[in-house]
Amino acid sequence: MDYILEMRNISKSFGDVHALRDVDFAVERNEVVGLLGDNGAGKSTLIKIVTGYYHPDSGEVYFNGKEVTDLSVANARKLGIETVYQERALAVQQSLWRNIFMGRELGNRYGFLDVNGMKTKTEKLMLGSMGFTSSAVAPESVVETFSGGEKQGVAIVRALYFDAELIILDEPTMGLSLSETRKLLNFVQDIKKAGKSAIFIDHNVFHVYSVADRVVVIDRGRVAGEFMTEDITLDELMNKMYQVAQTGHMD
Amino acid sequence: MTSQVEEKAPKPIPQKRSFRRSLTIFARRYGMQIGIFFVFLVIWSIFIIGAPKTFLSREIYAAFMSTIPFFAIMALPLTMVVIAGEMDLSFGSIMAVGMLMFVGVFQLTGSVALAAVFCLVAGFLAGLLNGAIVVLFGIPSLVATIGTQFFWRGVVLVVTGAKPASLVPIKGTFLHSGTVGRIAGYVPSQMIWTIVVAILVWVLLNRHRFGAHVYLTGDNEDSARLMGVNVDRTRMLVFALVGLAAAFAGLVASLEVNYFWVTLGEGYLLRTLAAVFLGGTSVFGGTGTVFGTFIACFIIGTIEAGVVAIGLTGFWTQLIYGLIIVVSVAMQAILRKRLA
Repeated sequence: MDYILEMRNISKSFGDVHALRDVDFAVERNEVVGLLGDNGAGKSTLIKIVTGYYHPDSGEVYFNGKEVTDLSVANARKLGIETVYQERALAVQQSLWRNIFMGRELGNRYGFLDVNGMKTKTEKLMLGSMGFTSSAVAPESVVETFSGGEKQGVAIVRALYFDAELIILDEPTMGLSLSETRKLLNFVQDIKKAGKSAIFIDHNVFHVYSVADRVVVIDRGRVAGEFMTEDITLDELMNKMYQVAQTGHMD
Repeated sequence: MTSQVEEKAPKPIPQKRSFRRSLTIFARRYGMQIGIFFVFLVIWSIFIIGAPKTFLSREIYAAFMSTIPFFAIMALPLTMVVIAGEMDLSFGSIMAVGMLMFVGVFQLTGSVALAAVFCLVAGFLAGLLNGAIVVLFGIPSLVATIGTQFFWRGVVLVVTGAKPASLVPIKGTFLHSGTVGRIAGYVPSQMIWTIVVAILVWVLLNRHRFGAHVYLTGDNEDSARLMGVNVDRTRMLVFALVGLAAAFAGLVASLEVNYFWVTLGEGYLLRTLAAVFLGGTSVFGGTGTVFGTFIACFIIGTIEAGVVAIGLTGFWTQLIYGLIIVVSVAMQAILRKRLA
């Protein structure tokens, strides 16, 4: 199998809480994997290990077939892993361009910033991908003033701008309107068309089912089951999810 | 480096931004700075009208340029600490620690240059220690620096036995003329240094990655971490820079009077902090400007002389300090909401 990401026997505890126990998880090249599970099932913990934010207590992470031992947020981004976080990870008092380039500002090797370059690129992204055609938004605009959907747009465009191999979307539809959600799901389909991979996390089974090639169900820190979406109907998936929530296993 | 994003997007016609909208963005960006500059102009005008003889003479400005730098040099980097969402109450004591090192090294080696270097390094390290305590132990900086403030003052008192040291032998050296000499017999060197520090801090904050990370850290620490900003290193460094500046300010203040008093720095705590907040830096972190702090230092620094010059007794000084600070900060809070 040609995996872009493979994780083996991942465990992670926070004090007495076993957030993940011996989890195996993989994403194939050009595959969209839906990650489903209840609140506190361990989805976000798993994701934050992929992005280098948490370090697993045990287990191995392979990216493009090579083991990665020093996974930090900066290293993960260098490898081509980009994330749209549930909490959006914006600094709302700062301008749009500072948010787009947060943590990887353009500049020279002495650390001096290319402010104009960042502003110009932000302007281009705004008009092109973010769909901010209104004259109310400028690269200098402070993100605090944006609507929920606009903020999400910033977080998504930021992930897509940098040439990502694997894009992780953690509860991206939270707080979005219907039309904004539709736009977002189209985005995920575009990722697939562009030959990239994605992990799509959501509470909403409908959203996940409609865009994912494969669904992985996580419950209480374990992988409870996985399905190809073409092999299972939405009703069956719903029933399975319900059963997992009740009993902790599929059958 | 990009990407599927730009290519597939249709090319929309960029709309011209309306004048009104540009004005809003401008006001939002510079509103606080314009506001504080306006306050400065008003107070200055009152002083000129109330005491024209004093405030239209050269001497008063020479005096301001000699004394304001003592705390302005610290207030500028302290602005970065506050923007990063932190607080430092220990810089007054670090001023004295730096000078303790200066006097010690000078007595040992007789080298002014070496003494100055050790003084600055001591300040930097003392500041770094503040940062380390905050980052490694997760102690709120307000608490940590109350602790180090007492500790460093204690070190100075124990080592010196509270005895002051004369710095008269430094007079006539390059260090003395380079830090507190008078340029063209009028402009105190420390004023030039204050401007240099202001420019350095401005460049760091606005044109360097470090400054970008200072704003991001103070705005939303979790977001900054998720996006790969090294929050801990940023924090440690802002404290270290205040320590460095405090040691330098202590050197300048001591050389100006040719004496190292063990109480050096004790009077600077509140007015330095006041300058940062009066300058529009948010106590919650994430926003603040070098220009605001710079102007606020001059507001704070001129009030005392101004109050006396317009014929009020010195007792009025603190009352007027308080009034200006409370009114200005309240104005800023309203302005911030309006511009949001």
